[in-house]
Amino acid sequence: MKITVNGQVHDIDVSPDTPLLWVVRENLGLTGTKFGCGIAQCGACTMHVNGTAMRTCVLPIAAVEGAEITTIEGIGSEDGLHAVQEAWIAEQVPQCGYCQSGQIMSAVALLETNPNPTDTDINQAMSGNVCRCGMYSRIRGAIKRVAAGDVAIYDPKAKLTGEEVNHG
Amino acid sequence: MGKWTRRGFITAGVIGGAALVVGVAIRPGNQNSKVAKYVTVDGESLINIWVKIDENNHVTVIVPHSEMGQGAQTALTQMLADELDANWDDVSFIEAPAEDAYANGPMGKGFILGDTKIPEILVGSVDGLFMTVASAMHLQITGGSTSIRATGVYGMRVAGAAAREMLLEAASSEWSVPVSKLTAKNGIISDGERSASYAWFAAAAGQLQPPYSPKLKSADQFTIMGKSKPRLDIPSKVDGTAMFGIDAEVEGMVYATIMAAPVFGASVKTVNSDAANEMSGVIDVVNLDDAVAVVADSYWTAKKALATIKVEWHQTSPAKMDSDKIFAQFQNDIAAGVKNGEVSSDRNEGDSAGAFENASRIVEREYRVPYLAHACMEPMNALAMVADGHCEVWTGTQNPLGFKYQIAEALQLEAEHVTVNNFFMGGGFGRRATPDAAIQAAKISQRIGQPVKLIWSREEDIQHDHYRPAVVSQFRAALDANGQPTAWENHYVDKHEPAEAPLIPYSIANQTIGAVDSPTHVPFGPWRSVDHSQHGFFTESFIDELAAEAGQDPFTFRMEKLKGHPRHSKVLALAAEKGNWNAPLAKGQGRGIALQESFGTLVAEVVDVTVREGKVKVDKVTIAVDPGFAVSPDGLKAQMESGVIYGLTAALFGEITIKDGRVEQGNFDTYPMVRMDSAPEIETHIINSMETWGGAGEPGTPGIAPALANAIYAATGTRIRELPVSKYDLNVDFVEKNEVRS
Repeated sequence: MKITVNGQVHDIDVSPDTPLLWVVRENLGLTGTKFGCGIAQCGACTMHVNGTAMRTCVLPIAAVEGAEITTIEGIGSEDGLHAVQEAWIAEQVPQCGYCQSGQIMSAVALLETNPNPTDTDINQAMSGNVCRCGMYSRIRGAIKRVAAGDVAIYDPKAKLTGEEVNHG
Repeated sequence: MGKWTRRGFITAGVIGGAALVVGVAIRPGNQNSKVAKYVTVDGESLINIWVKIDENNHVTVIVPHSEMGQGAQTALTQMLADELDANWDDVSFIEAPAEDAYANGPMGKGFILGDTKIPEILVGSVDGLFMTVASAMHLQITGGSTSIRATGVYGMRVAGAAAREMLLEAASSEWSVPVSKLTAKNGIISDGERSASYAWFAAAAGQLQPPYSPKLKSADQFTIMGKSKPRLDIPSKVDGTAMFGIDAEVEGMVYATIMAAPVFGASVKTVNSDAANEMSGVIDVVNLDDAVAVVADSYWTAKKALATIKVEWHQTSPAKMDSDKIFAQFQNDIAAGVKNGEVSSDRNEGDSAGAFENASRIVEREYRVPYLAHACMEPMNALAMVADGHCEVWTGTQNPLGFKYQIAEALQLEAEHVTVNNFFMGGGFGRRATPDAAIQAAKISQRIGQPVKLIWSREEDIQHDHYRPAVVSQFRAALDANGQPTAWENHYVDKHEPAEAPLIPYSIANQTIGAVDSPTHVPFGPWRSVDHSQHGFFTESFIDELAAEAGQDPFTFRMEKLKGHPRHSKVLALAAEKGNWNAPLAKGQGRGIALQESFGTLVAEVVDVTVREGKVKVDKVTIAVDPGFAVSPDGLKAQMESGVIYGLTAALFGEITIKDGRVEQGNFDTYPMVRMDSAPEIETHIINSMETWGGAGEPGTPGIAPALANAIYAATGTRIRELPVSKYDLNVDFVEKNEVRS
């Protein structure tokens, strides 16, 4: 059966009930999308299927034949990272990083349909994604940063930043 | 008696630089030639085993800690680079290989033993003493919030400073100029007329004996420490390229998934795998005695096949245990232990018995917490290949060297025939210090003769964790006529570490604190902040109850008892100030406070909650933290935020229960997490007191549960004495006090 991932068509020979997540990870070798729970409870496996954020650990491959599938590997461009990825770096969001592909995919889908989300919108769109490192306030900040158009291109050797601390 | 102080062994550790990681008392000297083969390639010279400089003047810091999101690899790199006066634009790090030379057991001694006095005769074999305490032979462990405060302070900084002095010495020889006439800055050495990069002198410096006691910078000389540097691992974590253990691949790899005996400690009686063996893609069914695994050509096939397998397990006595019986056992064992004098004492000061005799009033309370799973986002997994007497493992671990030795023992191989390749961890929190999945993968590979990637289901991960223990803790306080406490008595079960976790900083004249053994069949594992996670809740709840008994404001009550503890007072006062402690609250709102010192760092937390229609909403958490010095202020803030959410998930709804000897919960539907819609705003304020530097990964966690419970009390009058909070019906009249248990 044929599936389209990040614009490329792949011919896949697996059992039709195999979840999209495992096909992408094991058959296509795209390991950026993660396995977290297997029951659509944590969002680590989030990809876009025809532009909609979906939990792919429970999505049979047979159901997405012919659909346009996008993974974390497919949201940037040749010129660089997606604005949401840039914002994630600017806010220093990831800790362990394991859930972040899914978080970013949910955030990209949110911002594509709602470029200026309220806190309630963010809660609704992002509460399907668990971050065990608890970086929710930074994720919220990064989404707002994108909405405000305030994403600088990341410089890994950014100038030293001083921090206001209380010297006791 | 020889005093084996942290500074003492670390100073000795500077002998050879490398000796720092292998136990300075027993293996002094320059270790460069022994470890060079692991970490250098052609054209690079090894300065010492913590840092290398290549011919393009690029500095690579070798970090003996693994990365699970705590940011230690970047912070440790900052520490070394600053002392080295390296050019930050040309610095990177690699993780140390799982080899003996990088064991950091000596660092852990500072954590486990502290400044314990030990007999002189044991100093030479202190590793033996330590290993007994740590129950491990070979440690290269990331845990105990030790990266910055031990490895960083006593290892990275010293190594950076030593490397810098060696480079200067090499330059001095080559140019025939005294070291005093040379300067080192941004990776360049200059004598005022000439200048050359560090790389120019790297090879010569590598031949020198490292200095015994390099001079460290004072804080006003720091250029990289104390700055919020962007974390070096983050770019790979936003584009899907970061490699976790679950992403590892080798040629010819097959997949496996597993079910271990549901009752801990039970073994397989019979296996019926007829249906699985018929399934297309199934390669083998492997009986490991305490677990059964399916090997297949994909994870999905293995998972489907495992579901068809019928296993009969041998019945064991723990199959009769459940959570209620376990808590009853704890209560009985505390009563018996106290009665029979079988209490392991943490503190015994003053005359508690006398204080209770003379008390105007006695307050007795019992608190309890449940078992907790770690629930790392990345379920346990490992890829293993066993062939020709060698075992190679690819996984994410907090203890690569420990894994190597424990896998070797499990497979009955020599350690030199085991290689562990470490990856980023999708969460650790203590869980990834235990090699159970890696040993299973290695055994399966050994059995089938193929490389195999074992992936646990989430249910397996929750039901076969090594758990934060369930604990009962009982308190009595003697009060004088003014309601002020004159004695504090606390007995609890299940002591692990750190030893000081149940101790309080408050000046109460008579204190008796101690533990009673009460073992269960549920496996223990270190869970973020270890014993502090429960004792923070116990002690900071009880002190809050004593404030209420005295009719005093909980903040004022604590402050009055912190005289002589200026750091504690300051951190508590700053949290109260920034958390607007005295601001008015509407009906249904409450504000609570808690203070906990752990892993060398002081943290005070103020929590604002709103309780409406029985539902608790955490509005805001305000933190004041004194880590001594914040190497990366934003990194410290991130750890406070993370520690709070991790502890908040546990406090609000975290509960692992035992029924018929097995864990009842299985996935995030039954073991729920704080999510975006329930995550509070978190504000962190840092105090750089410049006292001894502390840890960051764990100290944010202990204070959140008591501060939350105290806030709920302020809002509702309901005192939370048992976690999680979800056990309580808070849909009550806010004036009436109510309790779950009388």
